[in-house]
Amino acid sequence: MNMLVCVKQVPDTTEIKIDPVKNTLIREGVPSIVNPFDGYALEAAARIKDKDPSAKIVVLSMGPEQAKAALKECLAIAADKAYLVSDRAFGGSDTLATSYIISETIKKVEELEGKFDVIFCGKQAIDGDTAQVGPEIAEHLNYPQVTYGLEAEVDGDVIKVKKEVEEGVEVIAAKMPAVVTFTKPAWDPRYPTIKRKMAANRAEIPTLTAADLPTIDLTHAGLKGSPTKVKKTFVPQKKTGGVKIKEETAEDSAKKLFQLLSDASII
Amino acid sequence: MEAKTKDLWVFVETNEDGTAKNVGIELLTPGKMMAGKQGGALVAVVIGSNVDAAVKAASEHGADKVIVVDGPEYAHYTTDAYTIALCTLVEKYGPTSMLIGATNNGRDLGPRVSCRLHTGLTADCTALDVDEESGNVAWTRPAFGGNLMATILCPDHRPQIGTVRPGVFKKSDAGEAKAEIIKEDIHVDAADIRTQVLELIKEADGENVDLEGAEIIVSGGRGVGGPEGFEPVKALADALGATVGASRAAVDAGWIAHAHQVGQTGKTVGPKLYIACGISGAIQHVAGMSGSDCIVAINKDPEAPIFDIADYGVVGNLFEVLPVLTEEVKKARA
Amino acid sequence: MNFHFTPDEQDVLDMLHDFCVKEVAPIAAEIDETERFPEETWHKLAEMGMMGVAYPEEYGGAGLSYVNYIGVCEELAKHCATTSVMVSAHSSLCCWPIAEYGTEEQKQKYLTKLASGEWLGAFGLTEPGAGTDAAMQKTVAEDKGDHWVLNGSKIFITNAGFANVFVVFAMTDKSLGTKGISAFIVEKDFPGFKVGAHEKKMGIRGSSTCELVFEDCIVPKENLLGELNKGFKVAMTTLDGGRIGIGAQALGIAQAAIDDTVKYTKERVQFGKRISQFQNTQFQLADMQAKVDAARLLIYRAAQAKQDHEPYSHLAAMGKLYASEAASDVTRRCLQLVGGYGYTREYPFERYMRDAKITEIYEGTSEVQRMVISGWMGVK
Repeated sequence: MNMLVCVKQVPDTTEIKIDPVKNTLIREGVPSIVNPFDGYALEAAARIKDKDPSAKIVVLSMGPEQAKAALKECLAIAADKAYLVSDRAFGGSDTLATSYIISETIKKVEELEGKFDVIFCGKQAIDGDTAQVGPEIAEHLNYPQVTYGLEAEVDGDVIKVKKEVEEGVEVIAAKMPAVVTFTKPAWDPRYPTIKRKMAANRAEIPTLTAADLPTIDLTHAGLKGSPTKVKKTFVPQKKTGGVKIKEETAEDSAKKLFQLLSDASII
Repeated sequence: MEAKTKDLWVFVETNEDGTAKNVGIELLTPGKMMAGKQGGALVAVVIGSNVDAAVKAASEHGADKVIVVDGPEYAHYTTDAYTIALCTLVEKYGPTSMLIGATNNGRDLGPRVSCRLHTGLTADCTALDVDEESGNVAWTRPAFGGNLMATILCPDHRPQIGTVRPGVFKKSDAGEAKAEIIKEDIHVDAADIRTQVLELIKEADGENVDLEGAEIIVSGGRGVGGPEGFEPVKALADALGATVGASRAAVDAGWIAHAHQVGQTGKTVGPKLYIACGISGAIQHVAGMSGSDCIVAINKDPEAPIFDIADYGVVGNLFEVLPVLTEEVKKARA
Repeated sequence: MNFHFTPDEQDVLDMLHDFCVKEVAPIAAEIDETERFPEETWHKLAEMGMMGVAYPEEYGGAGLSYVNYIGVCEELAKHCATTSVMVSAHSSLCCWPIAEYGTEEQKQKYLTKLASGEWLGAFGLTEPGAGTDAAMQKTVAEDKGDHWVLNGSKIFITNAGFANVFVVFAMTDKSLGTKGISAFIVEKDFPGFKVGAHEKKMGIRGSSTCELVFEDCIVPKENLLGELNKGFKVAMTTLDGGRIGIGAQALGIAQAAIDDTVKYTKERVQFGKRISQFQNTQFQLADMQAKVDAARLLIYRAAQAKQDHEPYSHLAAMGKLYASEAASDVTRRCLQLVGGYGYTREYPFERYMRDAKITEIYEGTSEVQRMVISGWMGVK
């Protein structure tokens, strides 16, 4: 079983604050983390490996050199090998261009690590929240996809995925090779171990560049290769608070609230 | 590809009983406005099995045309069948833009379709307009957990595609069904559908947590203090006929299932009334519920940021406020 | 002089910090309130390799430095003192004497399981009549040829209710006083051994503190730890090291109290100002931080000396004395700054104060530390 997990290094958006004067994002001092959904994807791969210790987990990230920290984190948790793909020509890529570059990189990594049976991704990254790159990788590679996965199990040449749907959980079988994107399961991903962490600190992580990807068409990469363009960004207007209710007792407050809501025909 | 028309499409997702999901009908509202600005027709695209009800709904809510693909292979959503059908239609008709509801299936389908058509997709939009300079669709969406909004254009590729969050737009009132109905027969071979649904496991408590379709949501957060703290929240929800929601803090603490989670890593909701109990109002939560028509916050901390976005804010202990409110609702409805 | 952890050491502490924020801090108040031993945290720490940080990898440990281990004790205590003492009693008081005095067979049999965290360890020295005066041991071990028979009891034993292995001390020759004490490795299932009543304590309430009872307890011959009648030295040298861990625990508690007080005083408004804007608050906190940093230097100096195999008994005593008294002082003053809310159990300040107190008592009271230090100074 040969598994690839695609990960992204993201700013911890729970730590992002707004500059109250300039009304812009304060990015300084915001820690970089492994996108949590990618962590769930890694955990899903690790659980497959728990059952089949001969399985291999390779992690791949696209981003600047600093993103190797995220890859090391994955090595400390469960991954066996890590690759970074990075090139100036890739800057400004939107999701379509990004997924194209990653799918081209996968072809190259497969030459080194063997063909992947499954490609796992987080359902979305918490900075962009687009949920597009996983399905687009599947399309570029012409693989079936399952999104919103909670857990995955290998059964012969099929990957069985528990998928979160509105009504509950669906069990979906997809013929491998396949792409699965993961959402938050009921359990927490495992923690790194000291032993793996020390090994990760010493691991060499190869950086692949555009020059290493013989079939890549650079007109489909980077800003120029991206169909979508950001016209502007802005900090959302804060809604001003409405009616504050603080009566003498909680009971009075509750009654006043009810009165206001019925008067406004809301309930 | 080049657009062949100035038409704007709305993909109307269907339920297994052939009715339309709310979001598809909701999207006809901004669709009408944008199609008007772009000078094209508003076209609803309905794919499913025995979907007459959905076709009728689309027609009643403002579509000029409805393109229907009806077949047994579409009874249950699969990425492969729906992608083939939708791409076939787009290639045949060449719309200039397309809106898809950002449901689980919509977010599964959108990127697959846009990638196959080699065009741009903007995900999870919360505002739509037509850019006056260029005539392109101006897709506005939150990023960085709702801390930042971005307006995105797709100038050189057609169709311009976006997924739009449920609950952002309101259904128009139903009018006369007068859309032109176009039936398309697209057959997908079983061999081309590479995934198979083996089983559906319903929610353990038999409860269908349909937050996205809920009219009223009563949510609990860290302030409820424990699983038993959800009792007064559930009691109020029962009295109001509401769905129970939760903040990430409550879900992470294991007090309630993830299916109830509202916010960036949970569901995006847009009910008529959202009652936040013991929820501080972290931006990740607000990102998932700020589209609610009316927000009520009950929190004992007067400084809680949730009060900044609440229409009605009660400063008080939820365990004292909720039972009284529940009684008042029961009395009024008795 | 180098006052920094190495990058690897810092990585381990960062890893632990993330773990503590998610797994340790959220249950700290609950295990205190319900006096519940955080058994699940033990197993999770074991998975990560945190139960035997400073022991060699070939014996199941993580093979890191002693200084790093002390950092682990401090970090844990910032979030939960109970959890910190669970690890330090296990690692300093049970793993260490086996690693230091054990035979190869004993190390293979016990240390590998202990350092990996599969098993939990404990240490039994104190008796009802032998606290600081450890020489007054009443527990006896009789040589029955092919085995030992132990009779007596131990009290206030940390981890007792959950430990698999105990290092215990008993008189093998009553006529020789401290020179007639020997150390033994006792497994929880040995016949005649049982864990008795659980103590209800003021602080570290999640810690499993119980009595050990030996009623004709049969201990295999090969479970004598160290040489016959040399147990007192085993106990004293073990406690020398243990004190550094307890000092680190005191540091963690004190630092957590300061950090939470800083946060609180920056939010709390009185007389129209945040209370952090009052000079009394600023100066008090500055004094406290200086004190805790001074204690930190003493503790890590002792840890470094132990790591470098230099004499450290007096350094450990100074560190523990100063750090534990600093922790008691700082937690009391922090509670005072927070005021009425600090006295409620809704906030952690009263817990910090209760947890800090024990660090002045166990693994040698402050008075014992003064004895060790003055003895080293030659003040007789």
